[in-house]
Amino acid sequence: MTIPEIHTYLREKLPGAGLELVEAHPDPVIRVPAEAMIEVAGVLRDDSELHFECLMCLSGLETAEEMLVVYHLYSMRHGHKCTLKCGGPKGDQVVVPTVCRIWPTAEWHEREAFDLFGIRFEGHPDPRRILCPDDWEGHPLRKDYVPQEKWHDIPLTQRGYGRSREGGGL
Amino acid sequence: MIEGRFGPNIIITSADRVINWARSRSLWPLTFGLACCAIEMMATNASRFDLDRFGIFPRPTPRQSDCLLVSGTVTAKMGERLVRLYEQMAEPKWVISMGACANSGGPYYEHGYHVVKGVDQIIPVDVYIPGCPPRPEALIDGFLRLREKIMRETIARKQA
Amino acid sequence: MSELKELDIPLGASPEKISRLLADFEDVHGERLMVQMGPQHPATHGVLRVELVTDGEMIAEAKPHIGYLHRCFEKVCENLTWPQIVPYTDRLDYCSSMNNNLGFVLACEKLFGIEVSERVQTIRVLVAELNRIANHFIVIGTYGLDIGAWTPFLYVMQEREHILDLFDRLCGGRLLLNYIWIGGLSHDLPEGWLRQVRDYLDYMKGKIKEINDLLSYNKIFIERLANVAVIPAEVCIQYGLTGPNLRGSGVKWDLRKNEPYSGYETYDFEIPVGRGEVGTVGDCFDRYMVRVREIEQSLRIIEQAVARLEKMPRDDVKAAIPKRFTKVPEGEVYFRTEHSKGELGFYIVSNGKAKPWRVKCRAPSFSSLSVIPKVAPGLLIADMVALIGSIDIVLGEVDR
Repeated sequence: MTIPEIHTYLREKLPGAGLELVEAHPDPVIRVPAEAMIEVAGVLRDDSELHFECLMCLSGLETAEEMLVVYHLYSMRHGHKCTLKCGGPKGDQVVVPTVCRIWPTAEWHEREAFDLFGIRFEGHPDPRRILCPDDWEGHPLRKDYVPQEKWHDIPLTQRGYGRSREGGGL
Repeated sequence: MIEGRFGPNIIITSADRVINWARSRSLWPLTFGLACCAIEMMATNASRFDLDRFGIFPRPTPRQSDCLLVSGTVTAKMGERLVRLYEQMAEPKWVISMGACANSGGPYYEHGYHVVKGVDQIIPVDVYIPGCPPRPEALIDGFLRLREKIMRETIARKQA
Repeated sequence: MSELKELDIPLGASPEKISRLLADFEDVHGERLMVQMGPQHPATHGVLRVELVTDGEMIAEAKPHIGYLHRCFEKVCENLTWPQIVPYTDRLDYCSSMNNNLGFVLACEKLFGIEVSERVQTIRVLVAELNRIANHFIVIGTYGLDIGAWTPFLYVMQEREHILDLFDRLCGGRLLLNYIWIGGLSHDLPEGWLRQVRDYLDYMKGKIKEINDLLSYNKIFIERLANVAVIPAEVCIQYGLTGPNLRGSGVKWDLRKNEPYSGYETYDFEIPVGRGEVGTVGDCFDRYMVRVREIEQSLRIIEQAVARLEKMPRDDVKAAIPKRFTKVPEGEVYFRTEHSKGELGFYIVSNGKAKPWRVKCRAPSFSSLSVIPKVAPGLLIADMVALIGSIDIVLGEVDR
């Protein structure tokens, strides 16, 4: 099934979910509202026509106005792929329900998305940072991130000889 | 005990020669492989570029090693542990900084927010080995230079 | 030791059941001990810290902590131009840098719509398979070292040196190569290089048997690995384990066959799968043996690639490289390749500029490591070392 067909199938199964098909290059993306995410994920994994048992990748993404979580799914049985996006506007704290009870591999990927982007995952069993230290300030992959100069007395700045480039580096 | 108690004299210089010769010919580094340089360090320990012929034998614990071979990128999280391990090593101890990342942050110099820009920001370094990663021959050269440095030390003054 | 005999942990028990059994046990016999394994540890394959809660020698819980090598790869990529990112991909899984380059470059070529010539594709397959063999050699050698065998490490590192010599003559680097570029290669094959690869293939005949005699079928090695840390196939798929880990659990899945790229569909090779020959399907020995057999299959692919390259006329390997990367198509793509450690995926978002908007690297070791809290309870501490070695992680990839 192609992504538009999957989208039509999902709309028939879950008419109230509010799924949208967003055109993109080279493949379209299905946009899922945060409230419907768990239901949609359950159908995607368990339905025999879809059977997306593999979550290939879960990433955070910051666009100009929004903070999104991007899911790349794959079905080994049928051989089709699907991309989902879920998120909210950048101004407030973006909260997305966790899918780690449906695809356990998401547990660590969601911790990483929280660490690097600040996206909260509701219902996550272990919502700690994973890559940066636990008391790190800020979320590094955000476009407005300002790196910290020190952590626990360990200097993190460049040394001597002047700054190398305007606007680059610490 | 005797370091720093006597000025340089003929007995000290002879003792120096023997002590320095012994220390430099059996450097036991702590296996502190962090990243890519660790693979080259392993390759140098293996049979082609054998480090054992120089008396260099890697030890897993800081209590038994004389030198700390920092090979790879030092990040903030790891930097804390590195300082702790350095303090656990007994005197005399030396540090070799292997690779561009340990020397100065390497390729992550500009945009790495979590990378310490050179391990000498947190511990004192004796020898720097450039390269990304340095070839095994370069690592051997680094050890030989450390040997020369050790040979120049004297027990009349405390090690800097 | 007699206390351990009284507590019978059934094979395949769930972590909850094991925790319950151990909790009942400890009420009678004693309290648990928290042991920190790492981050500086000779057997954790890098800077990994695993927090173990043990009851005597048996593990009740294991929590891996990562991030000790977090080098901000994704942030760095947002500040570099497209071709400048390729050397940084080398440093993700530093044991097999060609495969990383290939993964990133193929994702970019899919997004930009670049097609490369058959000769470039064949050379890419050749060097990627050579690097896969080099990587598996490191895995076999260090795994033997973890289990306690020094000699096989020295043997395989010597075999690996021949491959590194080939790479040295090809592109000047031993470990971090930056050879596969977006749209082509950094330089063409030097004169006589293919003959040296042929010599290497002849040299390797019989070497796999030597490794098997020395390590793989060694009685102590088998005792240490058989029936240890069995990971069933469903758990593999749920936790995102791919590559030799998935194949070791009996699932015949290889992206080179199932979703071929770069001309892999035209090569004749097999997919080795774990058979449970000394224990259960999915134990540490199966995962290890899959890697040894993959070396043989990679040698087959290299032989076919060399035969094709000898007959192909030379052409310009930089022909398809765009003149400038300042204006590229917008869009986003997720492309995955069969890396030595599993499925390496790159999710790339481009907004048309010279620098990417977002690059996410889905590293195979990241997902492989997440299975440890599920599989470790019930193992002995020494088996923990066997488990970590068998799932083959490299912290450069895990932490990026």
